[in-house]
Amino acid sequence: MLEEEPVSLHDAPTRSINMIEAINEALDTMMARDPDVVILGEDVGYFGGVFRATAGLQDKYGKNRVFDSPINECGIVGAAVGMAAYGLRPVPEIQFADYIYPGLDQLISEAARLRYRSAGEFTAPITLRSPFGGGIFGGQTHSQSPEALFTHVAGLKTVIPSTPHDAKGLLIAAIEDNDPVIFFEPKRIYNGPFDGYYDNPSKTWKNHPGGKVPEGYYSIPLGKARIVREGSAMTVLAYGTMIHVVEAVLEQKGIDAEIIDLRTLVPLDIEAVEKSVEKTGKCLIVHEATRTSGFGAELSALVQEHCFYHLEAPIERVTGFDTPYPHSLEWAYFPGPVRIGEAVDRLMKGY
Amino acid sequence: MEMGEGPVRTGKPRGNLPPLELYVPEPRYRPGDTVDYSHLDIPEAGRQPRPDEACEARETWPLTTDLIRVLDDEGSAVGPWNPNLDPETLRRMLRTMALTRAFDDRMYRGQRQGKTSFYMKSTGEEAISVACAHALADDDMVFPSYRQQGILIARGYPLVDMINQIYSNRADRLKGRQLPIMYSARDYGFFTISGNLATQFPQAVGWSMASAIKGDTRIATSFIGEGSSAEGDFHAAMTFAAVYNAPVVLNIVNNQWAISSFSGFAGGERTTFAARAVGYGIAGLRVDGNDTLAVYAAMEWAANRARANLGPTLIEHFTYRAEGHSTSDDPAAYRSAQEREEWPLGDPISRLKAHLIALGEWSDDRHAEMDRELAEEVRAATKEAEKNGILGHGFHHPFHTMFEDVFEELPWHLQEQAEQAIRERQTKWPEWKE
Repeated sequence: MLEEEPVSLHDAPTRSINMIEAINEALDTMMARDPDVVILGEDVGYFGGVFRATAGLQDKYGKNRVFDSPINECGIVGAAVGMAAYGLRPVPEIQFADYIYPGLDQLISEAARLRYRSAGEFTAPITLRSPFGGGIFGGQTHSQSPEALFTHVAGLKTVIPSTPHDAKGLLIAAIEDNDPVIFFEPKRIYNGPFDGYYDNPSKTWKNHPGGKVPEGYYSIPLGKARIVREGSAMTVLAYGTMIHVVEAVLEQKGIDAEIIDLRTLVPLDIEAVEKSVEKTGKCLIVHEATRTSGFGAELSALVQEHCFYHLEAPIERVTGFDTPYPHSLEWAYFPGPVRIGEAVDRLMKGY
Repeated sequence: MEMGEGPVRTGKPRGNLPPLELYVPEPRYRPGDTVDYSHLDIPEAGRQPRPDEACEARETWPLTTDLIRVLDDEGSAVGPWNPNLDPETLRRMLRTMALTRAFDDRMYRGQRQGKTSFYMKSTGEEAISVACAHALADDDMVFPSYRQQGILIARGYPLVDMINQIYSNRADRLKGRQLPIMYSARDYGFFTISGNLATQFPQAVGWSMASAIKGDTRIATSFIGEGSSAEGDFHAAMTFAAVYNAPVVLNIVNNQWAISSFSGFAGGERTTFAARAVGYGIAGLRVDGNDTLAVYAAMEWAANRARANLGPTLIEHFTYRAEGHSTSDDPAAYRSAQEREEWPLGDPISRLKAHLIALGEWSDDRHAEMDRELAEEVRAATKEAEKNGILGHGFHHPFHTMFEDVFEELPWHLQEQAEQAIRERQTKWPEWKE
């Protein structure tokens, strides 16, 4: 690690940038600070990635540190594990989260287990970045939200930002972390927050507070949730794109809800969840991923275990449906304002 | 839609064809069968050309279907692949191979005596581990499968530490977390062994890429069985190795059997395993895996090639798994016992011993004396390790270590679960303290 004083969040000049630019800045910042950071993945080199997240980095840091890979996720993750065993800090990109499955054995049985099975002799400080989620007409192979699979694995951390500001700080923290981190980027909000009203004109990050990103280095600790807005009517647990949809629905309904952006699913900020649910007595969980065995199920169980005597209504869970993500009917799949609104109404009625 | 009114298709007639047949491979010999290996093409030792280490990968094509051999039937070392090792090195390799076998025998018995849950011998394959270790530098990185204990022994890893791991006792460096023989020894350039086969192959390529990124001089090597060469990881490793010209030596130990599945289920009936190399643009060598000198020479050739930035090599070590897959396996149930007796490439220790005797550098008496010493060395190490406990007798690592190293720091949910585990312990044994 190079010696450099971290820039304080409060002093650093900020500008409005989008989430891609924020991710690019995080990668740039960490490559400059740590010569062991290397990037590999499909199309990440000369071209700079299909979403441009690695644009300019090969030019700046050379082909030895930013390079294209064969179309082979098993190989991308497997090679990253070997590089980590050597002492590097690889940041592989899986082009779409939907493509990650050929790399699962290397992630689940290898990256996640190295520290444990070697009693700390070998570790895998890998940050695997991957765009995830739907809402871009990507069909069933460019829209999935497989985060729950990774939260089920002992030894993996799972991080999901919801703003450019968080994306940069969390990605820097993930790269600095000595455990393997799955960093899912909600691609629907790469270019602007999305409130779920897909027929409205799209927005940019320009006028959103989360689009204001400090220059230089800063990190946001993993395992700490963010209170998006304080409130007393109910607690909403969400992450990624759904933060913005939930915000819009509650705003429209004029409900004084407390919205918690979990930011890290594992390790989870259980204190923030407990504190909020104990205050509000009601809990709504929202994610885009399929419902059955989704991360919402875990959240629901945890809230029940930790906050049962404070609950005034059954926990509500709003999710995508248990179908593949359909191309033409993606807005029927997406847990949009109507589905969320119904759940909010049920909670407010208290049954 | 009526016939003939449909959209135009290709019109290609199917014709009058026989029904398709699925071919399911079947090994030549099953229990009780008489074994005849005359179908195996075993070339004469010393006849295989040794191309320059800087040759084009495709120039190795003939060697991928041949068999590199150095030791002939009279115990002489012959031909261009003879590494011309001094007698001291030969004796050291012989001793390490014999120690590996003595160690395997004792650990196998220990498992049968209930001292541990599981063991895997490398009997008949000792030349591959030991000769490769000697042909590499001690700090070249090895990504092993589960049958390369000979490399650890060759690199001087303490037998006592190996046994502590096998017993999962309180001195086990891996804290009792891994199945016996799944060693990890970073200081000895030996990567943590995985029970998920073939994962180490692309990892070795990645390690060697990192070494090249950093301008290091160390290379990596990896070993898999012919059975697990069917995994996608093999293809990933070969592709990455070829694409990045990675300084890595990839080894397939073709010991004919993957538990009860013969090599035909990995494609061995169609071509040699070494032949795959050239299709990837990688140099390939096929070597008599029971010939210590041939193995040494092949690894040395490939290591020199990798060190000179000339690219990766795939080596097939043609050998025979003389024992069961593991202590959980009974090969008498699926293969003929005669296979081992009739194996045309002999036993690696006997062959190296005969060579040293032919050189006038060894004798039957010295060999017998060495075997006695090695048995005593292993016995002493076993006694020493047993002071730290055997599996299942309470001499394991402290209880809380079960929750450590999942992450660098203990998160709240594991802290909670650790407390639960300790409560359970105290409920069952109220007098328990740690």
